[in-house]
This record gives sequence, structure tokens and C-alpha cells, in this order.
Amino acid sequence: MTALTDDTLPVTPRAMRDEMILFVVMALLLASVPFTGVYPFFVMQALCFALLACAFNLLIGYGGLLSFGHAMFMGTAGYCSAHALKVWALPPELGVLVGIAAAFVLSLITGYISIRRQGIYFSMITLALSQLLYFIYLQAPFTHGEDGIQGIPQGHMFGVLDLSKPTVLYYVVLVGFLAGFLLIYRIINSPFGEVLKSIRENEPRAISLGYRTDQYKFLAFVLSGTLAGFAGALKVFVAQNASLTDVHWSMSGEVVLMTLVGGLGTIFGPVVGAFVIIAMQQYLAGFGQWVTVIQGSIFVICVLTFRRGVIGEIAHYFRRSL
Amino acid sequence: MQALYAQLLVGLINGSFYALLSLGLAVIFGMLNIINFAHGALYMMGAFVAYFLLNIGGISYWWALLLAPVIVGIFGMILERTMLQWLTGLDHLYGLLLTFGIALIVQGVFQNYFGSSGLPYSIPDQLRGGMNLGFMFLPIYRGWVVIFSLVVCFATWFLIEKTRLGAYLRAATENPTLVRAFGINVPRMITLTYGLGVGLAALAGVLSAPINQVRPLMGADLIIVVFAVVVIGGMGSIMGSIITGFALGVIEGLTKYFYPEASNTVVFVLMVLVLLVKPTGLTGRAA
Repeated sequence: MTALTDDTLPVTPRAMRDEMILFVVMALLLASVPFTGVYPFFVMQALCFALLACAFNLLIGYGGLLSFGHAMFMGTAGYCSAHALKVWALPPELGVLVGIAAAFVLSLITGYISIRRQGIYFSMITLALSQLLYFIYLQAPFTHGEDGIQGIPQGHMFGVLDLSKPTVLYYVVLVGFLAGFLLIYRIINSPFGEVLKSIRENEPRAISLGYRTDQYKFLAFVLSGTLAGFAGALKVFVAQNASLTDVHWSMSGEVVLMTLVGGLGTIFGPVVGAFVIIAMQQYLAGFGQWVTVIQGSIFVICVLTFRRGVIGEIAHYFRRSL
Repeated sequence: MQALYAQLLVGLINGSFYALLSLGLAVIFGMLNIINFAHGALYMMGAFVAYFLLNIGGISYWWALLLAPVIVGIFGMILERTMLQWLTGLDHLYGLLLTFGIALIVQGVFQNYFGSSGLPYSIPDQLRGGMNLGFMFLPIYRGWVVIFSLVVCFATWFLIEKTRLGAYLRAATENPTLVRAFGINVPRMITLTYGLGVGLAALAGVLSAPINQVRPLMGADLIIVVFAVVVIGGMGSIMGSIITGFALGVIEGLTKYFYPEASNTVVFVLMVLVLLVKPTGLTGRAA
């Protein structure tokens, strides 16, 4: 069995420097968006999905665990944040916290159940759990079933930042995304991240070295789920609603697609993948159902011809880790 | 009481579909080490082929029962030859991603041409009507589905567990290199196995066409439940898939009678409970 990702390149100080330079370039590019003609709503949406894909990539790219129900964290956090903001009338910062807390609790429970199975079984359990939640949200009164929670007040974050202004909202979302991204980067390059990578490469060996691999995988799952929840909570402010589409399993499939297109186990891959897929949905919307066919074709082409993804191929070409 | 028996019957019918689909998944998983995410889409294709055969070719249900699995099976074998075989030796997650992509393409194409609403497929004349069993009224077609799928399930079990061909198959699952050394064409066997598994899915599709309408997303809705069935059963044995499939169908039916709100979720709840007690599933080997 070959490894899932192309991570044979050593992390040297030079590689770290490359990554930091790229990060600064990305941050500057994103920060300049309001001054260009690009539609900020589109970029905000892509940023939320990019954070979700990064969180998902933490699990598969570095832990080797393919979660096929990751939308459940985003959806749950979205519903809880939306409920906190609209019904409890909490201020935005607390609303985000409620969403994160909900995703944290959910990832504790689902992680405890799913982490004990490996490979495809793990994927199928996460998929089934997310479908269980889907049916619960379909029937639970607070989610308003098919209608979803709509018309969420945006309010003033910390009492001063008026989120109803697009530019302010944009920078809040951007700061949230960058913070999440840096946190994930820090996790990957910590001793914990190194152990995680060793589990991905060869779990029996990691066990024989004395690591309790289940605990490491569990922690990675909880971190990933909680960060996915953060993405979901941010998305509530952008979309001003929370609906069933965010919990449906096809959303989980889209997250996988974003990460696969960008490059599994690369740092910037999920961001690029998210922008590519969201742009496609935006501009190909006129094709109706053919979008599904195109997405399916991308899956097939990626798996058959370029498994490393966009960033993965570039990194492989330059022999750097990106 | 009438309603209880009716729900039990519905449960048995759903159980037949679960059993046929998880059986096909188990056969494919055994040989290709791939969880066939396209299974639901191929099940849907089976129903659509039956629909085309009747409405375009004027070919009856009875022939469709034979032809649709063969046609979809051949389509499956082409998929295996052109795409799936290139994944040999790679991490099995790529198989899941590839078949997921195939499922999206197939479903997307059908949705484009047929929308999301259902097409009717009428029950064949010979199986119309019903009979009074004294305690309940049994529509003949529904009884037929349950009995026919039981027969197919046990025929598959017999083929794999009791015949020489099945012995080759099981041996090739354990050690393909050694089996090849005995002069058996393992790649062809893998292709045929995929065809067989896909054929079982298509057969389930034909059986379901007269009960549920023929819809592009009929498989997508079902496949997640079947995955849960597979997780509960553990996909360790052919018999395990069959028994778990039917048992879960019946449990679902009972839930629909006693506590309808939970009928969509009971399979998933059971999955959680089973995993907490026995992480390998009921009949599972260690993954």
C-alpha cells in the first residue's frame, strides 16, 4: 500500500521559510480583496469553506483518516450559532463560541464512537453518523426543518465592529480564517503533528514505539471537528442562514473534493481547492445538474491521473513541502 | 394489528434490498478491497434499464429481471476494466473517492434527463392483486419480492461458499499471487466479481421499480442506510450481510409502527449502539 500523501520531503528551515513567505503572500492577497473588483461575498464564502477543508485536511492529510461526514460539524455549529444569535439574541462573539462549543461536544461523541475503526469503516461510520444528525435536524423544532434558520441578525462584534457592513464583515471573516489556518499550521508542525504523521505512515510501528495511537487520532479528530465548527459559525454571518444543505452528506463530499483537488496533506492545498470548487459552483451554476457531473468527473480525473492535487503536484515538482 | 403486520412486511421488503445491496458490497469488497460508493447509482440504473426495456423495447418485467442485471453488470465490468483496476495497490480510500465520483456522474446524467421526480413502473399482471392471509392482506408482488430476493441471496451464498468457483474466489481474496501461480486468471475473476456485485445491485433496482418509483436519486438515499447496515454487520461474511440486511429491515419496520419519528434514524442509532459494544461489527473480522 502506498501512502495517501506525498510527504517524503523533509521539513527543513528552508521549507518553513518558504511556507511563511507563501502565507504572508496569501494573507496580503486576501486582505486586498475589498480594494479590487472581486465580489467580497464570494471570497468570504470561499474562505469559510477553505477553513473547513483545512480542518478536514488536518485529519486525512496528517492522520490518514478520511472522514466522510465532516459537514456535520459545520452544520451543527451553524445551527447552534444561528439559534444563539437569533433566539437568545447573544452578541456575535458569543454566538461563534456557542457554535464552536457545540462542534467540540459533537466531535467528542462522534470521535469516541468512530475512532476505533480504521480505513473505509471509519469513513462509513462518520458518514452514517452525519446522516443520523441530518434526520434529527430535519425533525427537531429549533432547526425549522426544510426552511432552516433564516434572517439572522449580524450585530456588532465586541460592541464595535458593525458586521452588517460588507468590508467589516470581510475582515472579520478573514482574520478568523487566518487564525484558524495558523493554528492548524502550528498543530501540524508540533511534536503532536509529527506523531500524527508517523501514525499515518505506519500505525503498527507507532504503536510499537509506545504511542497510544488511538488517543492521538482522537485528539486530531476533536481538533479537526472543532475547527470545522469554527468555519460553520463564521459561515452563519456570511450567509445569514443555517440550513439542511450544510449537514447533508453531499456537502461532506464537496469538502473531500476541495481537499483532493488542492492536494491531500499539503498546507495550502485545501485553500486553493476550496476557491477552485466554489468558483466553479458560482460560474457554472447556469449548467444546472451538469455541475454534479463535472464534480464527479473531477473526482475521477484526480484519483486516476493527479492524486497529489494542484498544490501537491507543484510541491512535488519543486521538491518543497507547501 | 393489521398495521403492525403491514409494517413488518414493508420492513421485510426493505430488508431484501438492504441484503441484496450489502451482499453485493461485501462480494466487491472481498475481491477488490473497494467500498463501492457507486453501488446506489448502479441500483438506480437497474431500475431505469427495466423502465427503458418496458417502455422502449416492450420487454416485460420477467425479461428485465434477467437482462437488467446483465446490462448493468457489463457496464460495471467496463468501469472496472477502465478505471478501478488502476487503483490496485493504492490506499483503499482512493477506491472510495473514485466510486463516489462515478456515482455523482451517473446520478447527475440521469437527473439531467429525467429530473428528480419519479417515473411509474407498473406491477406485472401475473403478480397483481393480493391474498387474504386471515390476519392480514398480502399484496402478491410484495410477497414475491421477499421470496425472490431470499432465493437470490442464498444462491449467491451457495455459489461463493460451496462451489469450486467460489473456492477460487475466496482463495484469490486471501492470496492473489499464489492463486495466479496455479494458472487462474485473477484479473478476469476480479472483473467478473465486480460484475456480479453490480448485477446484484441492479437486480434489487428492478425488484424495487414497481414498489418505489424509478427516480435518479433512489440509490443515493438508500446507499447510506446500506453502509450503516454494512458497519453493523461488519462485512465479515456473506451470510452476515444477508441476515443483518433482513434483520435491520424488520427492526426499521417495527420502529415505524411503535415510534414512527425514529424510523429514519433507528438504523444509525443501532449502529452506534453496536459499535460501542463491539467495534468490529456483529460478524466482522478486524479491519
